[in-house]
Amino acid sequence: MIVADKKPVEEIIEYVKDCQKILVLGCNECVTVCEAGGKKEVGVLAATLRMYFSNQGTEDVQVDERTLERQCDHEYLEEIRDIADQYDAIVSIACGVGIQFTAEKYHSIPVYPGVNTCFLGVTEQRGLWTERCQACGQCILAYTGGICPVARCAKRLFNGPCGGSSKGKCEINKELDCAWQLIIDRLKAIDRMDLYEKLFNVKDWSTDRAGGPRKVEREDVQI
Amino acid sequence: MSAKTPSKLEKVMAAGHLGVTSECGPPRGSDPEVIKQKAELLKDCVDAINVTDNQTSVVRTSSLATCIHLKLMGLEPILQMVTRDRNRIALQSDILGAASFDIANVLCLSGDHQSFGDNPQGQNVHDLDSMQLLWTVRKMRDEGTFLGGDEIKRPPKMFVGAAANPFADPFEIRVPRLAKKIEAGAEFIQTQCIYNLEKFEEWIRLAEDRGLTEKCYIMAGVTPFKSAGMAKYMKNRVPGMDVPDDVVKRMADTPKGNQAEEGVNICVETIQRLKEIKGVSGFHIMAIEWEEKVPEIVERAGLMPRPETD
Repeated sequence: MIVADKKPVEEIIEYVKDCQKILVLGCNECVTVCEAGGKKEVGVLAATLRMYFSNQGTEDVQVDERTLERQCDHEYLEEIRDIADQYDAIVSIACGVGIQFTAEKYHSIPVYPGVNTCFLGVTEQRGLWTERCQACGQCILAYTGGICPVARCAKRLFNGPCGGSSKGKCEINKELDCAWQLIIDRLKAIDRMDLYEKLFNVKDWSTDRAGGPRKVEREDVQI
Repeated sequence: MSAKTPSKLEKVMAAGHLGVTSECGPPRGSDPEVIKQKAELLKDCVDAINVTDNQTSVVRTSSLATCIHLKLMGLEPILQMVTRDRNRIALQSDILGAASFDIANVLCLSGDHQSFGDNPQGQNVHDLDSMQLLWTVRKMRDEGTFLGGDEIKRPPKMFVGAAANPFADPFEIRVPRLAKKIEAGAEFIQTQCIYNLEKFEEWIRLAEDRGLTEKCYIMAGVTPFKSAGMAKYMKNRVPGMDVPDDVVKRMADTPKGNQAEEGVNICVETIQRLKEIKGVSGFHIMAIEWEEKVPEIVERAGLMPRPETD
């Protein structure tokens, strides 16, 4: 999933302090799972903003709440078509994708981010999310025991580990697993250490961010 | 192995002599005198001088510019290149720039992570890794082509090296990893500082069993301790460093006034023991901000005078 984290409320207040009618817009997908932008967080943020305006003596500011199934699909974003015009700001607490798609769809209404979008990751345990994928566009997991050196090695080494791997941990942080230690452990577990001996060639990064904004186009599923 | 490049270091080792290298860290400013003074201290006791590339991710004068200063002084620099700060365009371009000054040695590294340095908020590049950089330089030299496939007019003639850390984890892949670096194109290896001789001996024996010491010159890395504090720091704080307790104790048991001398003694004894080990082709003496001690270490280790090359 796309993992996001809450923005400090002071930052959000700075965006909307002069507004009269605000919609806090959540998303029922990834950001709900990582507890940053679902219905519950919409309620908490809206209440916090109301309290702020109340303390400022501006109780007449209206803060409404809404959570869509997704903010990355036209059909769900259309659900607020009839009401969007009433607001002079939307605070979206979907991921960066949802925030942008909302802004594209409602061109004349300011849309502000209520979260920081962090990475593609997993829920390791409640309250702990960690990165797994950087969407480089050319998956190599078949050769690295299902563990990605692009996302999980601080130097994204294709031929690791570097000399800083110590007792299974990365040199930049003793809490952080060395990705290449994990790869080696896994290659041993699946009896494929022969893969470790192979040199990884120079990577084609044109499918990554380096190649400019990307798209996937599938004629077979287009209507 | 016969010499394939104009590198003096390669010629010394190809002739069967033990090679000796040391290193110079460029200054945190633009005064070239700093580097010239360091180089003067080293020039008669080593075959080539490594010039570090923004080591520990702290901004310094560039390795390439510093190598040019050394080259213009008539010395033999080894251009250290890390993949942290430059993409493949800049790396190839700097290799050509170095070759245009006939700099004949390059050491390919990934580089310390930027979080250790003075710009921890910066991006890192790592378009290539150290092995892919080795492969790139060899392709440029041997095939005379860029990564993109176009022909290079006057390709670089460089002796290509890499680093190896026999002490990092996991130990079991340290020799396979060396094999990969050699496959990628490494012709010489400079190792991490050696204090744990037993572990180093095991590593080089395993390398020899795979025939790797026949394919590549292994230069054993040594660093003299200036003080007991430095020994403790290296043991506890420097990632990938293996300093056995008895070495730390030997430094700690020495009176403060004599610790620097004892550090040099340990370094000389280490070289003397390593000289007897099959597969060791030379020494890389990293006297960190202590270049003035290198001539003494080389002399006492019986590595003087340095051989003449044509």
